[in-house]
Amino acid sequence: MSLRVLKAGIFDTIQDNGRTGFSKWGVNPGGAMDRYALRISNALLGNSLEEAAIELHFPASQFLIESDLLISICGADFSAEINAQPLPLWKPLWARAGSVITFSNKKQGNRAYLSVLGGFDLKPWLGSLSTNTKIEAGGMEGRILKKDDILETNAFNLKPILPQHDQVFVFPWYASHHFVYQDPEQIFFIEGNEWDWLSDESKFHFEHKVFEIDPSSDRMAFHLNGEPLFYKTRTELLSSAVSFGTIQGLPSGKLMTLMADHQTTGGYPKIGHVISAHLPKLAQLNARQPFKFKKIKFEEAEKMLFSLEQDIRTIAGACKVNLRNFYNQ
Amino acid sequence: MSAYSIFQLGDCAMTLSLGNAFNPTDNLKIQAMKQWIEANTFQGLLDIVTAYSSLTIVYDLYSVRTAGNIQNGAEFVKSHLQSAFENSEKADATERNLKMIPVCYEAPFNLDSEFICSQKNISIEKLNALHCAKTYQVYMIGFLPGFPYMGEVDQLIASPRKDKPRTRIEAGSVGIAGIQTGVYPIDSPGGWQIIGKTPVVLFDEEKEIPAFLEAGDTVKFYQISKLAFEAYKTENQ
Repeated sequence: MSLRVLKAGIFDTIQDNGRTGFSKWGVNPGGAMDRYALRISNALLGNSLEEAAIELHFPASQFLIESDLLISICGADFSAEINAQPLPLWKPLWARAGSVITFSNKKQGNRAYLSVLGGFDLKPWLGSLSTNTKIEAGGMEGRILKKDDILETNAFNLKPILPQHDQVFVFPWYASHHFVYQDPEQIFFIEGNEWDWLSDESKFHFEHKVFEIDPSSDRMAFHLNGEPLFYKTRTELLSSAVSFGTIQGLPSGKLMTLMADHQTTGGYPKIGHVISAHLPKLAQLNARQPFKFKKIKFEEAEKMLFSLEQDIRTIAGACKVNLRNFYNQ
Repeated sequence: MSAYSIFQLGDCAMTLSLGNAFNPTDNLKIQAMKQWIEANTFQGLLDIVTAYSSLTIVYDLYSVRTAGNIQNGAEFVKSHLQSAFENSEKADATERNLKMIPVCYEAPFNLDSEFICSQKNISIEKLNALHCAKTYQVYMIGFLPGFPYMGEVDQLIASPRKDKPRTRIEAGSVGIAGIQTGVYPIDSPGGWQIIGKTPVVLFDEEKEIPAFLEAGDTVKFYQISKLAFEAYKTENQ
């Protein structure tokens, strides 16, 4: 069972939930930019939540399904089509061999995740399939997908019993997601250890002025355009750990939010941290799309994260129950 | 050493810092704490990030709370960090895990040696000899996979980073930044003053342990000729 790349996209890679535990070797976690979309696209198929998927950027690759396959696409809306018919997102669908998937138009969001039943049959590096393009390791030979790549999927025994259908059967349920991406113009953060280095005026600007993501941003960091910030104190910091969502204050007065491919350590002041529950929303924000930061309490961030994790598991459970009705018992 | 501070690094990580004034003893304490945590792990512990004078626990909040039936994940991690500080022995400063690294200090590898020598008014021979004279401690690995931050170099050769970083420094390049010395494991942009190049591969993703060095190791450089450099490369291909 396999997928073939008919035409390569601009930056499509294999990503899972990240490669944690190897900072001692300076190996960064990487992984999907939008962990909600990744995990839900797996949940829809009954996969393990952390299974690797193809992370698509626009213009995205074209794929040929070489044998019957259960797939799902979640995250950004790139006007996906299967055999020239609209392909609904956030739903599982069964596609017969010979089906072709294309993406014609960037409608909303920046990253889509294409999952297959069973996941991809690739060799993990340090326990993960995430592609690290910098050191060319993990995923598909450590690189972005190219034309004629063949992605084998892991074998699975279950085959759904479906009503009569043509090339494609779309399952009659979808995973909710609006609650994760609503209010894209508002990104919650909690204070970083050097928050108080900001001048009072800059603190005010940080919380009330509009910022936007610079188009030069990538999987490593989002460079933010906005009111330059000033500091009451600014001393040279010893390098220490940083994380996905850390908002660093650069010497120029600009801000940089670290994303999935961030380094393990950094020496810029940590002004704040985008809360984990809002990272999927941030990952899908377009360059030049204005947004504001809103400060919340740590306890609230923790509560939102825990509740999101519970929601993901509830959805995964419901998907399994629904899928069971389509399998031969 | 008694004072430390603990702060949240976002909602999934927590850092214990021994302060912003670096001294090698603090780094030994950090290594000792890391060993203690590795021996006393908990469900939901994802990673331990050590740096010069700080240690960060990265954790999965959901696992911490559900696996241990813990109401307050952050409080739990905080008390674990405190225990690590209190219960870890002070690591000894002996030459632990000494690694010898050959370096060719000749042109075209020693891009910034002349600059350093003119600033410090010393000869290139003196610069190289001083760089080889000391045994360095690996304080942390960061910036790039396998990049070691080591110190301290002799004050006579300590040099600030370049004002304008190079867009590409070749893998194996040996550099100085302030009182630190380091080696670029892969081709990368960078601002360190480059004084030579090693044929040793510092990061090889094909290996089971891909990084040549880890924090806590000690390192001594020794000088080799260009001929020996090439021979080493050929032998170890």
